[in-house]
Amino acid sequence: MTLHDPARPAAAAGRSRTTRIIAPDELPRHAQALLGGGYRIALVAGHDDGDALRAVYLFTATGERDAESRVELHVPLDPGHPHVPSLAALSFPAGRFEREMRDLFGIVPDNHPLPQRLVRHFHWPRGWYPMLAEAGDPPAFGDLDEPYPFRTVEGPGVYEIPVGPVHAGMIEPGHFRFSVVGETILNLKARLWFVHRGIEKLFQGRRVVEALELTERVSGDTAVGHTLAFCLAIEDALGLDVPRAAGQRRAVACELERLYNHITDLGALCNDVAHSILNSQAQRIREQLLRLNEQVTGHRLLRGAIRPGGAVLRVLPDPSLLRTIAEDIAEVVALALEHSVVRERFAGTAILTRQQATDIGTLGYVARASGLRIDARYDHPFLSTPIPRPEHSHTGGDVLARFCVRAEEIAHSVEVIAGLVAELDGDLGSAPPTPAVPSGGPGSSGVGIVEGWRGTITHRIELDAGGRLSRVKIVDPSFFNWPALPVALADTIVPDFPLVNKSFNLSYAGNDL
Amino acid sequence: MTPLGLVGGVVQPLLILAGSPLLLGVMRQIRARLEGRRGAGIGQPWRDLRKLMRKQRITPRGTTEVFRVAPVLLVATTLVVAVVAPFVTITSAVGPVADLFAVVALLALGTVAVALAGLDTGTAFGGMGASRETTILALVEPTLLVAIFALSVRVGSTNLPAIVSATLEDPGQVLSSASLLAAVALMIVIVAETGRLPVDNPATHLELTMVHEAMVLEYAGPDLALIELGSAMRLSVYLGLLANLFFPIGIATELSVLGILGGVVAFAVKVTVLGAALATTEVFLAKLRLFRVPELLAGSFLLALLAAGASYFLG
Repeated sequence: MTLHDPARPAAAAGRSRTTRIIAPDELPRHAQALLGGGYRIALVAGHDDGDALRAVYLFTATGERDAESRVELHVPLDPGHPHVPSLAALSFPAGRFEREMRDLFGIVPDNHPLPQRLVRHFHWPRGWYPMLAEAGDPPAFGDLDEPYPFRTVEGPGVYEIPVGPVHAGMIEPGHFRFSVVGETILNLKARLWFVHRGIEKLFQGRRVVEALELTERVSGDTAVGHTLAFCLAIEDALGLDVPRAAGQRRAVACELERLYNHITDLGALCNDVAHSILNSQAQRIREQLLRLNEQVTGHRLLRGAIRPGGAVLRVLPDPSLLRTIAEDIAEVVALALEHSVVRERFAGTAILTRQQATDIGTLGYVARASGLRIDARYDHPFLSTPIPRPEHSHTGGDVLARFCVRAEEIAHSVEVIAGLVAELDGDLGSAPPTPAVPSGGPGSSGVGIVEGWRGTITHRIELDAGGRLSRVKIVDPSFFNWPALPVALADTIVPDFPLVNKSFNLSYAGNDL
Repeated sequence: MTPLGLVGGVVQPLLILAGSPLLLGVMRQIRARLEGRRGAGIGQPWRDLRKLMRKQRITPRGTTEVFRVAPVLLVATTLVVAVVAPFVTITSAVGPVADLFAVVALLALGTVAVALAGLDTGTAFGGMGASRETTILALVEPTLLVAIFALSVRVGSTNLPAIVSATLEDPGQVLSSASLLAAVALMIVIVAETGRLPVDNPATHLELTMVHEAMVLEYAGPDLALIELGSAMRLSVYLGLLANLFFPIGIATELSVLGILGGVVAFAVKVTVLGAALATTEVFLAKLRLFRVPELLAGSFLLALLAAGASYFLG
């Protein structure tokens, strides 16, 4: 069923999506059918179309069904009374998306089991919704609306440890409230959302080329992932065809990003159990990779290579150099896993079961370490990957599994890059022409899905009649994975928290846009 | 009180005061080099102390005298041990205090003072660190006492100079089973007491994993400098005790410039070698899960018990 309502031009779909425009009360029925049919909820976004509000629910199928892989439900809402029935009972991530939408747009999910604020801290004024068109400049922070509802755990010997948002190390801000008996964690509440930059709002009204400086900075360590997802969404909206070679160059950049981030994490995990010699070695290898990045793209964090319509590299990475680096990494990994204390710290620590990982909707290496086979490189390929999915040796959902999955993905990525470089045969590409944005016609929308190094990144963009961005919704895998951290930590001891947190290594900035 | 003891009582504390930050610097430098890093140089702990000393004194609101006294107490107790224990000279300035039990009690007093200060801050980290430190202390003390017992049995005295003299006269007895077992037990205890790997990681920035560092998180400026200095001195004192209990060669036995000089050099070399060995070993270690630490300490207690048994039945 494809509906196209000319009165609502922003709803025009891209190539591979089915769009259904439905009334709010039809939403649960559609969502239930889709979720039951093997779809997962990838994105929920509010939209302010000026005269009306609209909620968009994007479902994607994880199978290899090309034509039916993406379904969008558009729910036009009454701006005077924006209410949607909550899907929290059907899908846990949908419930979080609804809270985000409520905080940013004032779209209220009815019968939500946890209706408290998510994104906006309590000193933001009540009734002010930053993403609405008439929201204006941010108002001054007021008094606390109400105290943050931490769950209080009571009982003999229970005490609370508040940590952060300012930490002893140089990490992003997050407040963690541990309820503890002795050293055992009974309950952990992670309070995030200290870094809200309003980045989705900054996109609005920009031309496509002006938006790239933002996408490269959504999460500093995922410049390629977010830029690529954004470019795929733009190309989807404009119906642009990207040459196969450009897709291959993009995949090379994406895998390079995975490499340098994974080796950083492997070293940091060793450092967190105070085996710092392996961290020193991992840092050395990371530096080699960053320098390689600079040669390949002109930027150590791989910025500037990917543009709508194409991708340009300065040189192709040398596969033999990457294989040498991979051997080096394999040695570091072997030294870590053969160290009895290191292995003892990793094994069995903070297990996220397969069922929990599925229910929470986790993505990326967190999901794969719990035995899920979710990977957008194979589920939503923008390019057929030259070698098959990696099979992981550890899928127990503990720190060891998350360590080993990363290690195995490094070897896999190196082989992917080697295959792509061979196919590219020295083709560095040339700057793609600035995409011709049709002006005057109806607006269009597009979706881009990429397996960034943390997991599946989804961008959904809408272009207005003038070819400017009217709405960009970004979903970093961290948004899905954050709730899994407290679940995995139940009955873990407090001193193991930093190790577990590092094994998830979620982005605070990518989560809080 | 002999003139030799008096000289020792002046030279030893000065040596330990000046030398212990350098020892820490040497150990950090060794670790850095072994890990392939350049390192900050052996003078860095002293530079850090100088920086901290120049800062403003500041204490958290709501803390009491317990918090303010603890750094001074930590340094003072360690200094007393540095004065009385036979490090450079064989006789002690204050003989009766140079008792193993008294020395251990003095060192424990410093630990307890800092743990109380951690509680006094009223923060979660202070309490958490104090709780962990006290757990470790409670497991360490029995080992220390039993190991000391094993060493004092053959001499018939817990007086440190007496034990060291006996060892000096008959170095062969160090190789007895009792002595070796006690040495290993003491090494583990020292590692735990001074907050080194695999029990605690002095270099960590992860506040939730800290033991010693968590207790002193609220200190700043000159108070922090005292805490840092006190911790460095404790490390030197413990290593010095270990060295001279089992290998007292070179200690000054008579009052002469050459003798004292030889004693100073021998002590510095022995402690540096031990510190270097500790730092080198740490490179290959990882930190134990907190709940495995009692197992390690129980093992050391067993060794100490065996040492005591061996000294009774074999010695």
